[in-house]
Amino acid sequence: MRRNSRFIISTLAFGYAFLYIPLVLVVVYSFNDSRIATVWGGFSTRWYGELLRNEQVLDAAYLSLRIAFTSATFATILGTMAGLALARFSRFRGRTLFTGMITSPMVMPEVITGLSLLLFFVTLQQLTGWPGQRGFSTITIAHITFSMAYVAVIVQSRLSGMDESLEEAAMDLGGRPLRVVFDITLPLIAPAMVAGWLLAFTLSLDDLVIASFVSGPGSSTLPMYIFSKVKLGVSPDINALATLIIAFISAGVFVAWFVIRRRA
Amino acid sequence: MATSVQDHDSLWQRLTIATPYLWLLAFFLVPFVIILKISVADPVIAQPPFTPTIDDAGKLSATADNFVFLLTDKLYAITYLRSVMMATIATVLCLALGFPMAYGIARARAETRGLLLLLIVLPFWISFLLRVYAWMGLLNNYGVLNNFLLWLGVIDQPIQILYTDFAVFVGLTYSYLPFMILPLYATLERMDLDLVEAAQDLGASPTRAFWDVTWPLARAGVVAGCLLVFIPAMGEYVIPYLLGGPEALLIGRVLFDEFFVNRDWPLASAVAVVLLLLLVVPIVFLQRSQARNAEGSA
Repeated sequence: MRRNSRFIISTLAFGYAFLYIPLVLVVVYSFNDSRIATVWGGFSTRWYGELLRNEQVLDAAYLSLRIAFTSATFATILGTMAGLALARFSRFRGRTLFTGMITSPMVMPEVITGLSLLLFFVTLQQLTGWPGQRGFSTITIAHITFSMAYVAVIVQSRLSGMDESLEEAAMDLGGRPLRVVFDITLPLIAPAMVAGWLLAFTLSLDDLVIASFVSGPGSSTLPMYIFSKVKLGVSPDINALATLIIAFISAGVFVAWFVIRRRA
Repeated sequence: MATSVQDHDSLWQRLTIATPYLWLLAFFLVPFVIILKISVADPVIAQPPFTPTIDDAGKLSATADNFVFLLTDKLYAITYLRSVMMATIATVLCLALGFPMAYGIARARAETRGLLLLLIVLPFWISFLLRVYAWMGLLNNYGVLNNFLLWLGVIDQPIQILYTDFAVFVGLTYSYLPFMILPLYATLERMDLDLVEAAQDLGASPTRAFWDVTWPLARAGVVAGCLLVFIPAMGEYVIPYLLGGPEALLIGRVLFDEFFVNRDWPLASAVAVVLLLLLVVPIVFLQRSQARNAEGSA
């Protein structure tokens, strides 16, 4: 085995320190008793208590979770269909446009996506009266639109890494196309769908800019609440909130990693 | 019998294609047409605050005023240039740090490689906003970095780090580093390291071997990584807002303020259209390079 040089090893150490030191500090300071977030005033868990009594945070978190759950589910359905279409139906009318529309939302700057969707909803409301109020439904639609692209790409790459002989064999044995899809194709791409759902869920929970554009008065998602607070500077209860999120996600990712490694 | 299977097949196929297709047409393509439409309108004090494209007399009413204003007003030209410059510098920084890291991960032992990659991906799953926020506590005047420098004796009073361009570069590099490392890793991992060794055996210096062998072989990953950093960095809103100073006007923030603070919808739309035009070339480039990569691996 070739060894990494000293230069490479020190860059790696620097890089990982760069990625993780800020997160570690947030965790440490979330247990700081002092109200001034940058001065250490002794160990305390008071900010966690305050966080759990803060109704605004709980409402925002509940709204964000509802949006993330709904949009991830629809994004997985639509994204799987799009991935199937791209990987299995090689020629159909408008395929180039379809491919472009799938990949563009992933790289489009969020301000453009957000602005275009808001102007769309405003125009739609003038023409049809819907959506009367922007909030849950408009944010969910926006999130489905950009996260279905990620699901489609994951499903497509899983399908193109898999040969079609199993599906063809099932067809040759007289399986109806719909049965073949549900009995053969879907079980094979299930891991990709799960990964896609999780990614869509995370992207939705994470989004600030697009949600800020398409939400209406009175509906703040969790990132919108956090942003309105941190605009004013460092705040101890946001440290506590960040620690909870970091702990929860790290635990989830590590458990998933161990499960996958066990199986492999 | 055969025809009925065929019919069933095509109906199912059509449904699979049409459902996501129609969704994207409605919620992705149509909104862009609307942005284009509003960018050629005049602002008015009304609800909605812009003039209709077809006026009451049924005549087409469109104006290029917003675009003329963007191109002639110095502030906007400078902001666009600054955004390109900031995004370019962030891309170079990501590449400088990301390349050796990706290289090191690709050459690490198989057991550690998985863990190293996981640690690159993990921050990506943690809220972007909170990761940017984490730097606010680190960089402010009474923050950890200033205290550390004071303790070292490098400085004798706190220096302004937060709310400067430096802080924006740190934030951009930090946030987009995984986007650089992952495509680089993907190409470096596939690369045959014997080639580098062969070059060195034949007398090439390590530097020479790097530029003549490693770099050309890694080029696809470099291109993909750079574009994945540059494109979103151009429209970035949160990082300049939280880490940059009040003068850190990047185009994403200008668009946001033009819309929400000044409520000039037509001008905000024109800002978006120009930003999109600036990004069309890199986006098309990225899509073609990814299509080529997909063909290469299949």
